[in-house]
Amino acid sequence: MAELKAIVGRIVADRKREADHPHSPVAAFGKDQPLRLDAGLELSPFQVAYQTYGTLNADRSNAVLICHALTGDQHVFNRHPVTGKPGWWETMVGPGKSIDTNRYYVICPNVLGACMGTSGPASTDPRTGTPWGLNFPVITIRDMVRAQAMLLDRLGIDSLFAVAGGSMGGMQVLQWAASYPERVFAALPIACATRHSAQNIAFHEVGRQAVMADPDWRDGRYFAEGVSPHRGLAVARMGAHITYLSDAALHRKFGRRFQDRNNPTFSFDADFEVESYLRHQGSSFVERFDANSYLYLTRAMDYFDLAADFDGILANAFKATKTRFCVISFTSDWLFPTTESRAIVHALNAAGARVSFAEISTDKGHDAFLLDEPELFQIVTGFLDSAAVPRGVAKA
Amino acid sequence: MLSRTRRDLTMAEAARGPGNARVDHLLVADMIEPRSRVLDVGCGDGELLKLLESRGVDGRGIELSREGVNECVAKGLAVIQGDADADLADYPDDAFDYVVLSQTLQATRHPRVVLEHMLRIGRHAVVSFPNFGHWRIRLLLLFGGRMPQTNNLPDSWYDTPNIHFCTIKDFRDLCITVGVKMERALALNAWGRPLRLNAPWWFWNLFGEQAVFLLSRRGD
Repeated sequence: MAELKAIVGRIVADRKREADHPHSPVAAFGKDQPLRLDAGLELSPFQVAYQTYGTLNADRSNAVLICHALTGDQHVFNRHPVTGKPGWWETMVGPGKSIDTNRYYVICPNVLGACMGTSGPASTDPRTGTPWGLNFPVITIRDMVRAQAMLLDRLGIDSLFAVAGGSMGGMQVLQWAASYPERVFAALPIACATRHSAQNIAFHEVGRQAVMADPDWRDGRYFAEGVSPHRGLAVARMGAHITYLSDAALHRKFGRRFQDRNNPTFSFDADFEVESYLRHQGSSFVERFDANSYLYLTRAMDYFDLAADFDGILANAFKATKTRFCVISFTSDWLFPTTESRAIVHALNAAGARVSFAEISTDKGHDAFLLDEPELFQIVTGFLDSAAVPRGVAKA
Repeated sequence: MLSRTRRDLTMAEAARGPGNARVDHLLVADMIEPRSRVLDVGCGDGELLKLLESRGVDGRGIELSREGVNECVAKGLAVIQGDADADLADYPDDAFDYVVLSQTLQATRHPRVVLEHMLRIGRHAVVSFPNFGHWRIRLLLLFGGRMPQTNNLPDSWYDTPNIHFCTIKDFRDLCITVGVKMERALALNAWGRPLRLNAPWWFWNLFGEQAVFLLSRRGD
């Protein structure tokens, strides 16, 4: 018990530090630069933590913005300051990789509402000196993108060569293309949708209820009360993690194999490998993620419906756009199935946009965008290489 | 269905013209005004689109095979994965100046519907197809008594993707039925060379190994 308390204490301390004083550069926006939120409020002051890789060229034309997913962060291609693990998209980003840091200047901001240094519920509320908790305003994907645009203004980058991201990152890519078409030369929305489906909202609600059912959640005031709803958050993560995989991938990885035993124990221990794997996913997640952030970010995804901002006509979101798009989906992704990507392509075609679309054959499910998928890398490389020519970005 | 392997190339397709472009592609490209907007349905590895883009055309493609799409995207072409039968319906009216269907009509489930969509989406359509009325095919059926198999059309009847073969006359009849205007038509011999322009239809139908039609909407 004492050991558990110590772990919880360390987790709380680590995350508190990262939320306000991250291991990343921070752009702070004072009272004079409030963030206008869809909820009708203004957030001020606020800050955006971000990582950059590579070098911005002389004509500032080679910047690539990477938008991270729900449980991702800005640590794309460096050791994670809390977990010590490699960056989350090292398969895609780096020297000589598809998003080549020898050629492009890669920027990845932590999204608004997250917990790795950009303002969110785990950050300190300047009015009270304690964490925001549920006093943090509810935010949307568009709010995240607005904050990113302010960061780019601060960095002196008028126009991005490309915006890329998967899942919630893909939603931000689409929002970027709709909100700031003149600032986006090429867009790479991967494994995403223009609106969150009822099924996906339902999964998110299960996750949120799991967090809120943890007695240590304390209506979001767990920091102040020195506890952590890590059990509820772990259950939320376990449930969500299943949706990121596929039946085939789970079967291939685990089948019905037992974990370190030959026979069932006739108990509720993690007899099966798949149980043990999920428990591990849950417990490692709570080390690096804030439970309230999980509530806010899942909510932002639920609210996402790009067409709704354009009289219900998705094509109007991309009217007269000059951005080139490359939409990618995965055959076994049932969270953001190919039909969702086809709807994006349909709207882009109707808007006369320059769009490519590929569905990649894999059994790895939604998470395939994070994994070693050579076909994905080929397509991204080809798309960016060909877009770099009219953009005038020199070869590495 | 829209993808074809290299062994499916007819002699005419394999013939190369200036710049190493396929002769049938050059003929299709010659029917298209420079700087127009073109949708190539069943664009394969993107060779025709590449040729068109070199002529200043704003080109888009649809291709069924994953390999084809990947190759096209890697070449910098705007190509989406899809199928003529299912996906043309999603395109708005008048989105393109030309819609091209190169060597694919005979592999569609509903050629008439595809043709109608092409001329809804585009002001013009360019269609090229192998002519099943060619004398060699007629002889094979007449004397062999079996579905013709040639070097150019090597598949057995039970595994061919080509489920809707037609002759030049058949296609002309379809154009009349649908009510489209035939702006230009060309028949190519087995070596990919155009037949005499003033030859009668029966002559083209007998000696043309493939045909290229430029169509437009009636009244446009």
